[in-house]
Amino acid sequence: MTTPDYRLSQLETLEAESIHVIREVVAELERPVLLFSGGKDSIVMLELARKAFAPARIPFPVMHVDTGLNFPEVLEFRDRRVAELGVNLVVASVPEAIAAGTVKEEPNGSRNRIQTPVLLDAVEKHGFTALFGGARRDEDKARAKERVFSFRDEFGQWDPKSQRPELWDLYNGRIHLGESIRVFPLSNWTELDIWQYIARENIAIPALYLAQEREVVERQGMLYAVNEFIRPRDGEEVRRETVRYRTVGDANLTAAVPSHATTVEEVIAEIAVTRMTERGATRGDDKVSDAAMEDRKKEGYF
Amino acid sequence: MAAIEDAVDLRSAAAEQAHDLAVARKDILRIATAGSVDDGKSTLIGRLLYDSKAVFEDQYEAVERASAGGDYVNLALLTDGLRAEREQGITIDVAYRYFSTPRRTFILADTPGHVQYTRNMVTGASTADLAIVLVDARKGMVEQSRRHAFLASLLRVPHLVVAVNKMDLVDWSEETYEAIRDEFTSFAAKLNVADLTVIPISALHGDNVVTRSARSPWYDGPSLLHHIEHVHVASDRNLVDTRFPVQYVIRPQSDEFHDYRGYAGTVSSGVLRPGDEVQVLPSGLTTTIAAIDGPRGPIDEAFAPMSVTVRLADDLDVSRGDLICRPTNAPHVTQDVDALVCWMTDEPLRPRQRLAVKHTTRTVRAMVKELQYRLDVNTLHRDASADHLGLNDIGRVRLRTTQPLFVDDYARNRVTGRFILIDEATNSTVGAGMLIPGS
Repeated sequence: MTTPDYRLSQLETLEAESIHVIREVVAELERPVLLFSGGKDSIVMLELARKAFAPARIPFPVMHVDTGLNFPEVLEFRDRRVAELGVNLVVASVPEAIAAGTVKEEPNGSRNRIQTPVLLDAVEKHGFTALFGGARRDEDKARAKERVFSFRDEFGQWDPKSQRPELWDLYNGRIHLGESIRVFPLSNWTELDIWQYIARENIAIPALYLAQEREVVERQGMLYAVNEFIRPRDGEEVRRETVRYRTVGDANLTAAVPSHATTVEEVIAEIAVTRMTERGATRGDDKVSDAAMEDRKKEGYF
Repeated sequence: MAAIEDAVDLRSAAAEQAHDLAVARKDILRIATAGSVDDGKSTLIGRLLYDSKAVFEDQYEAVERASAGGDYVNLALLTDGLRAEREQGITIDVAYRYFSTPRRTFILADTPGHVQYTRNMVTGASTADLAIVLVDARKGMVEQSRRHAFLASLLRVPHLVVAVNKMDLVDWSEETYEAIRDEFTSFAAKLNVADLTVIPISALHGDNVVTRSARSPWYDGPSLLHHIEHVHVASDRNLVDTRFPVQYVIRPQSDEFHDYRGYAGTVSSGVLRPGDEVQVLPSGLTTTIAAIDGPRGPIDEAFAPMSVTVRLADDLDVSRGDLICRPTNAPHVTQDVDALVCWMTDEPLRPRQRLAVKHTTRTVRAMVKELQYRLDVNTLHRDASADHLGLNDIGRVRLRTTQPLFVDDYARNRVTGRFILIDEATNSTVGAGMLIPGS
């Protein structure tokens, strides 16, 4: 894997940087937790955490903010992976919070916003001081400006105007009681890097990411596969198309893209020639406004 | 609303070629750009992103809509920031951008020129292999260009590129280019800039950005993209002085790995191999490396910036903050630190102040013993009468630490020669330090 001139490839460099970040958090912060949704980025992040501490077990639990709007394949994947690694899983449940009246369902059916208070409640309940998230800076312009160690006040809020300077690889994880750090080990990875790493390391992913024929409806210029949460509406025509998911979010709002990619290598080829951003192509919830992500982050979202 | 894109034809030559280029072995080049909006920095970055195809259609369409009515698509809008910034008409912070070519992937730290310039530039330049300073050809080298070049040299960014932009507005005058090039070259000679390249460009029209332009037949150097793709960085690293700060101790405490005790960390410099005789600081005890585990199991050698786990032949007491080196080549073990410090907070730095110092994986307390001078980043004048460092000031400081640090001069080792300063009351990062030889 090494070259005679002692240069690492881009994947090896990113891998080393992420492992450094993950170890630094465990060395400096009391109670870390890793946000694990079963999506490709958090799968890669979890794999990097495994490598960071091998042959020991990952020394922190993982948490899933469960909106109750899951693709069943992803939930199965989550449970299988957690069992394989022997890590504890904490589930912060949005449906339970709705039932208990701590949050209210939004009229558009998106639980993207209301998962934030559920996340923050779980953080407080378990006393987590550091939360690993799989966000990448290439995803969105708000994320492009966020630190690897992103300081959050006692309300979990991000203040883009007073971020701590972050120099070299000297991360500052110091916090007062009630405050926390969001940590983004994949900050410098791109979508293509993630897929190349999945291919190179032969990492298992939910089958949703690969193309298969599904029943779909077209809605607002996007293709939604018919499932438990997406039922054809009046006037919508159900047709069969070969599609895959480029991102995996809530099952009621994540669109699929037409695709013939049935292997990870084919996914890489497809992304390499694709001309749409992954969020732009697949996320109904990011279309609300130009600054949707910025606003959510300020409220404590990842 | 955009139409749904057709599925990519994976059997097409384009898909095959895109796949092969995507998976080709590349290295990473980290770039910091400095300059203000007026210099055309955002246009240049937009141009690099667009021409290297890092811009997606939905992003381009948004920019196209926003530029409606103008003569050109305003590529600068591709680097548009947060709403909080647009509302106030300022750029808050460093933004990171990503693009790649078949040879390299690039991480570009886009640092704003005006507000908080020193703090932002230092942050962006701290990890950079190469810095691009933009100069407006009509204005030539101005105070800000000197400042940016100085900060890049202070942070020991190995490669400096001066992009003389807006050459179209001076009719591609060779004399103008040469005057700026010569002035910059003589200034850079005072700054320890090892590698300086001056490129005439027009970011707006794309001349000499990706390909050589016919408008500058007198220029025989590379285009900007060609230069950053090919600049030789392999010799920038220190492969001589073995330094391995221990980050975390791995003890599985499982039946299978009952006796496993590994020292996890990131190689700062030098090369480690199983069988090497090593010394552990601060104890000074020596042993040999029994094995090195990488992310995929045991490996034969480790070098910067690999994250590995080192196993030692003897059972020594080693913990986070210790450092593994060679017995014949150790860093300085000292409680007295001389450094150039860049101060990053409103509350000034003054003698007798107490701070926390984070150096590699070691955090200690320190007191400011002396402020020797404050440096004027525009004139390089040293003001020995200064009694404090304000926000964005740079000065030479002597610190006394409660515990020894294992240090090298920053000029020799960018990893063991650097530290950050933390205010223990607010927990903020308030300064960045680069070690210099003591007086």
